[in-house]
Amino acid sequence: MSLKVESLSVRFGRTLILDDVSGLKACPGELTALIGPNGAGKSTLLKSIAGIERSTGLVSLDDTVLDTLDIARRAGKIYYLPQDITSRAALSVFEAVLLARRTTHQTDRQQDLKRVQHTLQTLELEQYAERDLGQLSGGQRQRVAIAQAVVREPRVLMLDEPTSALDLHHQLQVLEWLVTLAREQQMIIIIAIHDLSLAARFSRHMWLMGTGGKVRAVGPPEKVLTEERLREVYAIRAHVEWPEGEPPRVTPLAATRQLGAQNSRQDF
Amino acid sequence: MTVTAPSTDTSIERYLQRRRRHYWLLAITAVLTLCSLIADVATGPGQYGLGDILHAIVSPDDAPRAIAVIVWEIRLPVALMAIMVGMSLASAGAEMQTILNNPLADPFTLGISAAASFGAALAIVLGVSLFPVASELLTTLNAFIMAMVASLLIWLVSRMRGVSVQTMVLMGIALMFFFNATLGILQYVASAESLQQLIFWSLGSLSRASWSKIGIVTAALLITMPIFFFAGWRLTALRMGDLQARALGVNVGRLRLTVLLCSSLLAATAVAFVGIIGFIGLVGPHIARMLVGEDQRVFLPMSALTGALLMSLTSIVSKTLIPGVLLPVGIITALIGLPFFVSLILKSRREVWG
Repeated sequence: MSLKVESLSVRFGRTLILDDVSGLKACPGELTALIGPNGAGKSTLLKSIAGIERSTGLVSLDDTVLDTLDIARRAGKIYYLPQDITSRAALSVFEAVLLARRTTHQTDRQQDLKRVQHTLQTLELEQYAERDLGQLSGGQRQRVAIAQAVVREPRVLMLDEPTSALDLHHQLQVLEWLVTLAREQQMIIIIAIHDLSLAARFSRHMWLMGTGGKVRAVGPPEKVLTEERLREVYAIRAHVEWPEGEPPRVTPLAATRQLGAQNSRQDF
Repeated sequence: MTVTAPSTDTSIERYLQRRRRHYWLLAITAVLTLCSLIADVATGPGQYGLGDILHAIVSPDDAPRAIAVIVWEIRLPVALMAIMVGMSLASAGAEMQTILNNPLADPFTLGISAAASFGAALAIVLGVSLFPVASELLTTLNAFIMAMVASLLIWLVSRMRGVSVQTMVLMGIALMFFFNATLGILQYVASAESLQQLIFWSLGSLSRASWSKIGIVTAALLITMPIFFFAGWRLTALRMGDLQARALGVNVGRLRLTVLLCSSLLAATAVAFVGIIGFIGLVGPHIARMLVGEDQRVFLPMSALTGALLMSLTSIVSKTLIPGVLLPVGIITALIGLPFFVSLILKSRREVWG
């Protein structure tokens, strides 16, 4: 009962974006954090798992090979929340979330409406239900996108930097809620996230990607996040602490490489 | 379009209210369109009372022969053609804007109308037939074929790897300039007589309407509209952006192709029969979007009805602006639509596009 990725590769022309990514596993009931520097291929990995990016390799969920499903069926089981949510469609928040719900569940309309309302309430969005998407702030827009993802009740939920536009309050709130959601609904939740302290605090499992589209480490946060590995993968000197009874802290101290010292990879 | 609802209402109730309001707006627009249709039939050189006209529409056999003939043979075809063409152009524009994610996309800006003009010019100026057919239909058929060729070219470009919707729009604009240039060449070599004919064609006119033409335009609507409705939620999802639409389970490439071909078919059919009528395909959907938003279940019918209403009003104005003279509708659409449209976008606080 888990999501598994074996020998996954993605190529854009001659560039290898993902290089034989293997041994990734995410389990229901817990949060898996996907971390790595810019351009490591985090988004591409999530998109490939979702079936949005063309790839070679094997992605399986509960022993079903996902490539055997058509787009709509696959999207019903597994949902990818993109990083850039720029749409300013003339749809109300309620309409947009209901659309996300109705594209997988076409059962009881009343129940779907209630589900949407409940999700909006949970994400503190109900007072904006009539606003158009274009009238929202960046953080509100991001929470609407999270509502759209969660309201579908997928087996696997992958969120690409879901907290990048959120204030500190909402960052903690959303992540705490995702942890609860994973536990209560036995959902597999994978988040790509840059804040390593938050990643260490809320995830039970980590996938660390390095440049060149390779997986550098997989395992529980305490094993993955070592100071030596951060220096290697992120090119930073960092302080990693696991204080008793307090959230873990990853404090970046200095970049070990200065800009211009070496051709740095383009940020996608 | 911000509505301040009582705070005691739940978001579900407010959503349902919003939907009811949308359906009311649809119903009102439909009634206005019907009124405009009747007014259109009642307007003309012979001064008949509204009662006589209505009587002749409902029971032509009892009505005086002269009125019945004028209504059924002359005025009703023109008035109905206005409605059908308005629906076709506005629906085509609405879906082109949706699939190309561009507020400026419409049959006109994508070069489909220009291609049709070129096809018509081939027939009028050179007598070239793209398909063996009776000479009276030559202009129409050439226009239709060239319009479909233009949309196929846009589609072929979109099949190339890594081509974005912006590229498709730019390709359409390039096509527009290309066909305008080739049209210019034909106009340059044309005889004075055929030049006049060509200009008259390209100004757009409903006066050549007939029942069989209405039948064909209606058939195009009957073929395409169910496809649009069936793809409704996918098209709404597409407005969330390509990536999110794909995550929601939409086969974006296939949807874009189907809808592009269908909207081209609609536009090409309309343009082939009535000539170039700009503006409706652009403005109809924009007004609909401001009124009901972009949920396709109401957006598409609202666009169609808005287009029909605008076209019908235009038809009335083209008859009454200068008494006794029937102005080409293509000229009037912009004149009547523009002030209305500008006042709407300036008044509306709704973000029309982003």
